[in-house]
Amino acid sequence: MSTTEGLRLRLKLARKDFQLNVDLDLPPTGITVLFGPSGSGKTTLLRCVAGLERPANGLVRVGSELWHDEAHGVYVPTWQRDLGFVFQEASLFEHLKVQDNLAYGLKRSKKSGASQALARAIELLGIGHLLHRDTGHLSGGERQRVAIARALATQPRLLLLDEPLAALDLARRHDILPWLEKMRDELSMPMLYITHSADEVARLADHLVCLDKGSVKASGAAQDVLARIESPAIVGDDAGVVLRGRVALRDSVWHLARVEFPGGSLWVRDNGIAVGQSVRLRVLARDISITAHETRDTSIQNHLQGSIQAIADDAHPSQALVRIRCGESILLGRITKRAIDALKVRVGDAIWAQVKSVAVIE
Amino acid sequence: MHFPLNQDAWDAIALTLQLAASATAVLLVLATPLAWWLSQTRSGWRAPIGALVTLPLVLPPSVLGFYLLVAMGPHGPLGQVTQALGWGVLSFTFTGLLIGSVIFSLPFAVQPMQNAFESMGARPMEVAFTLRASPVDAFFSVALPLARPGLVTAAILTFAHTVGEFGVVLMIGGNIPGKTRVVSTQIYGHVEAMEYAQAHWLAGGMVVFSFAVLLALSMLRKRVGQVLP
Repeated sequence: MSTTEGLRLRLKLARKDFQLNVDLDLPPTGITVLFGPSGSGKTTLLRCVAGLERPANGLVRVGSELWHDEAHGVYVPTWQRDLGFVFQEASLFEHLKVQDNLAYGLKRSKKSGASQALARAIELLGIGHLLHRDTGHLSGGERQRVAIARALATQPRLLLLDEPLAALDLARRHDILPWLEKMRDELSMPMLYITHSADEVARLADHLVCLDKGSVKASGAAQDVLARIESPAIVGDDAGVVLRGRVALRDSVWHLARVEFPGGSLWVRDNGIAVGQSVRLRVLARDISITAHETRDTSIQNHLQGSIQAIADDAHPSQALVRIRCGESILLGRITKRAIDALKVRVGDAIWAQVKSVAVIE
Repeated sequence: MHFPLNQDAWDAIALTLQLAASATAVLLVLATPLAWWLSQTRSGWRAPIGALVTLPLVLPPSVLGFYLLVAMGPHGPLGQVTQALGWGVLSFTFTGLLIGSVIFSLPFAVQPMQNAFESMGARPMEVAFTLRASPVDAFFSVALPLARPGLVTAAILTFAHTVGEFGVVLMIGGNIPGKTRVVSTQIYGHVEAMEYAQAHWLAGGMVVFSFAVLLALSMLRKRVGQVLP
């Protein structure tokens, strides 16, 4: 994909502990998650896009706007780039009230419809009751929501978020995630979102870029990248796939809902989501087991017919990751190599996947 | 009881306050950009300039006063310039005193501000840049308001330190009544003339003033958590 619509990044920057060297074409809408361990260069990459860091060799183009092209001597300073930046810590201006924090960028962006944009951001993030407070009298989650609204109020072409939830405890994270999902669904603004949380990847990512030691390990649609088993994007207990489906049926007797996705359907806990609504399902590799034939005498309710597409080594030598194709969808399963040997499964074999647990994440 | 302060003493007090207020005003304007530069720069000049700014803190006032006197005198480089500009010679004038006070109190103005700017970190300015503020705009709308406790500390310390200076004033000013005689040199004059009653009143006043300043500073520090230099 190389369009003039999307985000084009080519960055080279030497640091003491690593070398950032990326060449990326990113989609013009949705959330692109930059994922990787700490020290992989995620934050440096984001700071280069914002112009807070200047790479020796760089190209940053957002749609038709060129922000940095070292080869042609173009370098637009940060304050002239049409972007919003949300830092890890909320970084509100302590000398200003919440309202004045929100108005700070708005006053300077000189765009039409600015006050409507602010009103919308305030409503979107539910901070209307905080406007007259001092920043010191906000909880961590409130501070971060104000910081996000402050960035949104300038109606940027691109929103950059550097681990906006990392400084918050688990409860506060779960307070903010729905707001971020709402932003993704209601705004057409593209976002670059840094995280090292697999949960946030599963919930938010449309596009996923995996970074390691300053270079790109994988970049593509989140569903595809998560379904890779050779050098998987997410290793360990969090390995798994995300499926997009639709609620087809709600069973009021057992409090379950059936979600259909391309290639099958799964029973999940009924969270009150209306029939017809689209949802994301997260299925972890550790929750999948394989049988050669369909088994009825098991407590596991979800069985999917599929075929083995690939088998690869997992992190531990006793285990393997298997890639299972179910219609148009892909599942990842983690099973022991001994089980593979005992069942005599090979690539191409038809099998049944038993799904022990599914999380509805949207 | 006979109130012992005569006209000379009142003149000295008025001149002291005038000098301290002027020095503070000049220093806030000069020291703010200097402190900002010292807090931000990665230039190799940072260390030598920083040391130069701190020099008046350790140098005997008489040394500083001596060099200033020579420089401002009719044959000194500064004196040549001021004469060429038609301002005459500045030694033994109020302007000369002011220049001496500004240099003498420079570290007391720069250091609290520099600390305030440094403890703020780079983040607030970066946030301002991402919200469309130019560097100058961000400096006035973010850095300066956030560093306000440092600015207040700098102003109070500069004022108090100028009130309390003696050596530089004596060297440059020459202790001329009504013109360059401030409280500290007035006290010296009283003592030399064995007028202990007058000296007591002025000296006691200085103690009370200095104590009040330090008390105010420590209360300010408690309120805003500001560090003294």
